Amino acid sequence: MSVLIFADQAEGHIKKAALEAISYGAGVAAVLQTTATALVLGPVSKEDAAALGKYGAQKVLVASTDAFGHLDGQVYAQAVVQAAQSENATVIIFPHNPDGKAVAPRVAARLKAGLVSGATSLPDVTGGGFVVRKNVFSGKAIAGVSITSPLKVISLNPNSYPVKETGGTAEVVDFQPTVTAPKVKVTKVDKVVGEVPLSEAEIVVSGGRGLKGPENWGIVEDLAHALGAATACSRPVADSGWRPHHEHVGQTGLTIRPNLYIAIGISGAIQHLAGVNGSKVIVVINKDPEAPFFKAADYGIVGDAFDVVPKLTAAIKQLKGIS
Amino acid sequence: MKILVCISKTPDTTAKIAFTDNNTKFAEGGVQFIINPYDEWYALVRAIELKEADPTAQIHLINVGGPDSEPIIRKALALGGDEAIRVNTDSADSYYIAAQIATVASQNGYDLILTGKETIDYNGASIGGMVAELLDLPYIALATKFELNGTTAVVTREIDGGEEIAEVALPLIVSCQKGVAEQRIPNMRGIMSARTKPLKVVEPAPADTLTTVAQFELPPAKAGVKLVSPDNVGELVRLLHEEAKAF
Ligand SMILES: Cc1cc2nc3c(=O)[nH]c(=O)nc-3n(C[C@H](O)[C@H](O)[C@H](O)COP(=O)(O)OP(=O)(O)OC[C@H]3O[C@@H](n4cnc5c(N)ncnc54)[C@H](O)[C@@H]3O)c2cc1C
Ligand SMILES: Nc1ncnc2c1ncn2[C@@H]1O[C@H](COP(=O)(O)O)[C@@H](O)[C@H]1O
Repeated sequence: MSVLIFADQAEGHIKKAALEAISYGAGVAAVLQTTATALVLGPVSKEDAAALGKYGAQKVLVASTDAFGHLDGQVYAQAVVQAAQSENATVIIFPHNPDGKAVAPRVAARLKAGLVSGATSLPDVTGGGFVVRKNVFSGKAIAGVSITSPLKVISLNPNSYPVKETGGTAEVVDFQPTVTAPKVKVTKVDKVVGEVPLSEAEIVVSGGRGLKGPENWGIVEDLAHALGAATACSRPVADSGWRPHHEHVGQTGLTIRPNLYIAIGISGAIQHLAGVNGSKVIVVINKDPEAPFFKAADYGIVGDAFDVVPKLTAAIKQLKGIS
Repeated sequence: MKILVCISKTPDTTAKIAFTDNNTKFAEGGVQFIINPYDEWYALVRAIELKEADPTAQIHLINVGGPDSEPIIRKALALGGDEAIRVNTDSADSYYIAAQIATVASQNGYDLILTGKETIDYNGASIGGMVAELLDLPYIALATKFELNGTTAVVTREIDGGEEIAEVALPLIVSCQKGVAEQRIPNMRGIMSARTKPLKVVEPAPADTLTTVAQFELPPAKAGVKLVSPDNVGELVRLLHEEAKAF
């Protein structure tokens, strides 16, 4: 028995969501009194692989052949299944990020393992059960999901479990799975450069229709810059072409769970809240005291964004000592 | 070309979320049900557009659900599906649902299977990948764009912090989200013709269920908003920094 964690990487860099998954996997291993093994598919340096020991992996399998240069879910799933079998893993953990969403269901179906996707808690194993919590109804409720099969797959919601440094060390093992040729041919990768990617951001500054037009986004960007935050927007803002579509959060856009979400000129419609209500701290700036968003907020300012936001940016810069 | 679109039934986005039966079941009383928005707005509409570009294409819809799914299936047919299949069961386990879809798909040989990115009630984001594995097909999750070039699909998908474009030969399974298509409203002709389009009911194939919901709960209520005067933004910064430790 062991716990296997799919440690997702991009260009040799292990993602934060993967470090969370390893910390979580180590937590699951502790609950089950077993060991945690991380699996890296794709290029990663030996040092970076060994460093995963710090987060609680006792062993790190590295398969760095060309087949894993880009994600092909079918090929990745074959490798994860073989690693699970060679490690005799009974629980397999993924980050619930775009790659995890492509691979975890495949592995679950192949191994006939029950899947909890978007998990937010360690398993509760009292009475011989195995119950994992996850958000449902787009964050409006929580479900305790019981996995009844012997093998289990869990994908961990980003920003739901802290990265923990245990100071451990890991043995790095070269892993050579037998896989079929990729069928997915990646022709282009477009990364938003220079900005914090929304899905991984700790702080998000978001603007709505209250900002009146794209020409006014400077105040949103200045605040985001001062905080080292990513920017987001409500759906009508993206639909009107004021901001790019990938910034749209909510029921039909991205779901995010940052530490801090600052909503500027957004009314707080239920479909918007569905994408952001997992944020740890919510700040709302809106000139209408009746705006529904205040009900979901931790802190709020009733006021005009064009007045409040520049002052807020200045106060943050002052605190951080940046000019 | 034969396209299968997976359609699920979800509570309306504004529905009140409450539970019954000792918090093990969603309270359906008074709730309006809709086609899961990702399935309707993106997967189904993109399928309809593909058929508009190639009138020989056929669109089948599949729903795994009880008779209470029929209104949303009819609505999907009104938007533009050719015929629908309902697998008559109300099991909610992802593996079980995926096994049903895979069984129907393997009997009918589709070139393309489209799903939504996730259901807005269970938020699984997993059915498409499971069906793909059961059928041994490639699967692109979280597509934001889908084009066809003969029998090769050119799909843009969300990745962390950006997008990636890939080419994959059909047959293929794709989960769709915003960007793939634009929402449409059914017209009168569609609504009339939907009544006579075939809706086949089949009994489920034997399959295991691997998960059950032990209990639902509502998130703890927020303590209430702390309001700060617009003339004192420094206080908000202090609260965020010292009290909430948010940055
Ligand atoms: C099925 C469905 C799915 C949807 N999915 C999403 C989704 O994913 N994401 C999403 O965001 N929406 C979604 N919507 C739309 C949603 O219902 C709202 O219409 C939308 O969120 C409103 O955007 P908004 O708050 O920017 O604009 P508005 O509702 O127009 O609100 C603007 C706010 O700005 C305030 N304001 C105006 N001027 C100022 C000023 N000078 N200073 C400060 N405040 C000011 C106003 O008081 C108001 O509260 C969906 C709707 C449906 C039906
Ligand atoms: N009961 C169902 N019947 C048909 N398709 C479904 C069903 N449940 C989910 N799907 C499809 O699978 C997608 C992902 O669902 P899920 O994995 O449950 O979040 C949905 O957007 C639908 O396209």
